[in-house]
Amino acid sequence: MSTVVDVRDLVRDYPMGEERVAALRGVSFQVDAGDYVAIVGPSGCGKSTLLNLLGVIDRPTSGTVSINGERVERLSDARATEFRLMRIGFVFQRFYLMQALSARENVELPLAEAGLVGAARRARAMALLEYVGLAKRERHRPSQLSGGEQQRVAIARALANAPALLLADEPTGELDARTGREMIALFERLNADGTTIVVVTHDEDLARAAKRVIHMRDGSIVGDERAR
Amino acid sequence: MLFTLAAASLIRHRTRTLLAILGVAVSAAMLLDMVMLSSGLRESFRGLLQTQGFQLRVAPKGTLPFDTDATIRNADSLLALVRARPGVIAVSPVLGGQLHVPTATGAVTSSVLGIIPRVEGDYEVLAGRQPAAPDEMVANQRLLDALRLQLGDTLRGAAGYDAQLRSLSGERTLRIVGIARFIYMAADQKGAAVPIETLRRMQGADSDDKVSIAMIRLAAGVNVDSERVAIERLLPRVTVISIAEALNQVDQRLSYFRQLAVILGSVSLVVGFLLVTTLVTVSVNERVGEIAVMRAIGVHRRRIVLQIVMESGAMMLVAAPLGLLLGLVTARYLNSILARFPGVPAKLDFFLFQPSAAWTALGLLALSGVLAGVYPSWRSASLPIALTLRQEAVG
Ligand SMILES: Nc1ncnc2c1ncn2[C@@H]1O[C@H](COP(=O)(O)OP(=O)(O)OP(=O)(O)O)[C@@H](O)[C@H]1O
Ligand SMILES: [Mg+2]
Repeated sequence: MSTVVDVRDLVRDYPMGEERVAALRGVSFQVDAGDYVAIVGPSGCGKSTLLNLLGVIDRPTSGTVSINGERVERLSDARATEFRLMRIGFVFQRFYLMQALSARENVELPLAEAGLVGAARRARAMALLEYVGLAKRERHRPSQLSGGEQQRVAIARALANAPALLLADEPTGELDARTGREMIALFERLNADGTTIVVVTHDEDLARAAKRVIHMRDGSIVGDERAR
Repeated sequence: MLFTLAAASLIRHRTRTLLAILGVAVSAAMLLDMVMLSSGLRESFRGLLQTQGFQLRVAPKGTLPFDTDATIRNADSLLALVRARPGVIAVSPVLGGQLHVPTATGAVTSSVLGIIPRVEGDYEVLAGRQPAAPDEMVANQRLLDALRLQLGDTLRGAAGYDAQLRSLSGERTLRIVGIARFIYMAADQKGAAVPIETLRRMQGADSDDKVSIAMIRLAAGVNVDSERVAIERLLPRVTVISIAEALNQVDQRLSYFRQLAVILGSVSLVVGFLLVTTLVTVSVNERVGEIAVMRAIGVHRRRIVLQIVMESGAMMLVAAPLGLLLGLVTARYLNSILARFPGVPAKLDFFLFQPSAAWTALGLLALSGVLAGVYPSWRSASLPIALTLRQEAVG
């Protein structure tokens, strides 16, 4: 089984005046293709910091990050952007959809950036909306959708260019329990269909649904257990 | 997609967009006016000099036409030499002077030109005809109004007037046979023209055989400059000026105007540039979160810049024609004010519309608008993504 994520001795400091806040103090782990990992731990322990480094939207102070066999921690801006576009899917706690675009257009955005045009792009966006159960909402604006629906659109957007890795930071954080459970089911289905997932969460139900749970505390990994 | 996003952001802030468009239009209008002003006077002057088709002007040595009261003596024999040259079609001598017409309340004084009606190049006859007899004259409407006279009336005019003695000299009865518009006279100037011999006689023996200037019309294909040199060699006591030379002189005298226009034009360009930069900065700062999200999902920096430049470009596209219109209207208004200045030929335009000027102004503005969009958008697209998302999530 191939390795999708390979992180070694990852350190991330934030300068705070004279001091430096150590958000990550040397983290190492691997994630295999097809795995479904939940990262849990108390607030401020460095979960989001870690996820941002995996998503290539931040740079480590030291250590290495390999995704799909490619070292990404020192890529140029253009290469990093291309990498995010084609290899990473990112789902945020607050959905972060473009308010001016319809559900379908939001999904089309990364497809357009990847160079897909016209009918092919529309068809792919529709297929993705179908997959997350929102085909009927293609013309709705984010403001006309419920939180759960917006998060589904965001997931469809994250999957647009068939990423090697799906990252989600508290994807159920803004949702009620029932909608959260729907989201958990969707993630399980995604994983069953072959998507490698790393999710940061406080949601115990979501963590329980994952195949593997990494526990963090104070910038370090303190536990790593395989559920089933 | 980019287009939708750009349009959406413009529409979302309708009022702001409109105000910005208006502001840019005003600075575009200003810029256009200044470009028109910088070259307009010169071009208009050229047109004025060329209207009657005289390529050369002969003036007393070291002066410009009508610059001083200086005159050329023994003009008739000298001009006959010029007229005899094969390249010369016509020579039009002009003698300047004043015409005093006593009225019940005092005397009306007008400029008067002594000309040869057949070849004159100083006025257009609007009504009636050219003088055909020594005691016939043309006058402009200003003079007729001042004298309360009409076409066909006669008047008693004098070439000299001694204010202290209240005495006229060189009096003569003249009949008004035409109403004329004088090309080089100011709008408020009273003007008349009589045959040159008549004016000489009125001015007395002293004026015999004198002219103030003479205009020379050359045959097609004659090299103006070599003819100019040849005539100057022929008549050592005169200066011969070509239109190009006259324009040079005008240029020197108008350099003040041009500098003013260039400075004010640059200022309005900078104002337009700052306006767009401010607007783009504000609109981009509002969207740093949105931009960070786009960056996080893999949208390239240049695409974000492109989208924002499209927004400022679209505003420019609307503002440009508006500014063009506004600029033309204000130019016309300013022209009408300036034309009333004393001493300015009525037909002279300070602001001359030239398509090239309009393109220059609008091109400069469009370019500055695009450049104005580039920097703020590039800067916001270069913010650290994770940090920006975190700050936006908190805020
Ligand atoms: N830009 C920053 N500047 C300074 N300190 C930061 C910055 N970003 C994060 N930190 C600090 O780094 C540590 C880890 O933050 P991080 O957001 O990764 O925690 P987290 O585990 O995701 O917490 P939560 O569960 O509340 O989201 C915290 O102590 C936080 O205050
Ligand atoms: Mg977090």
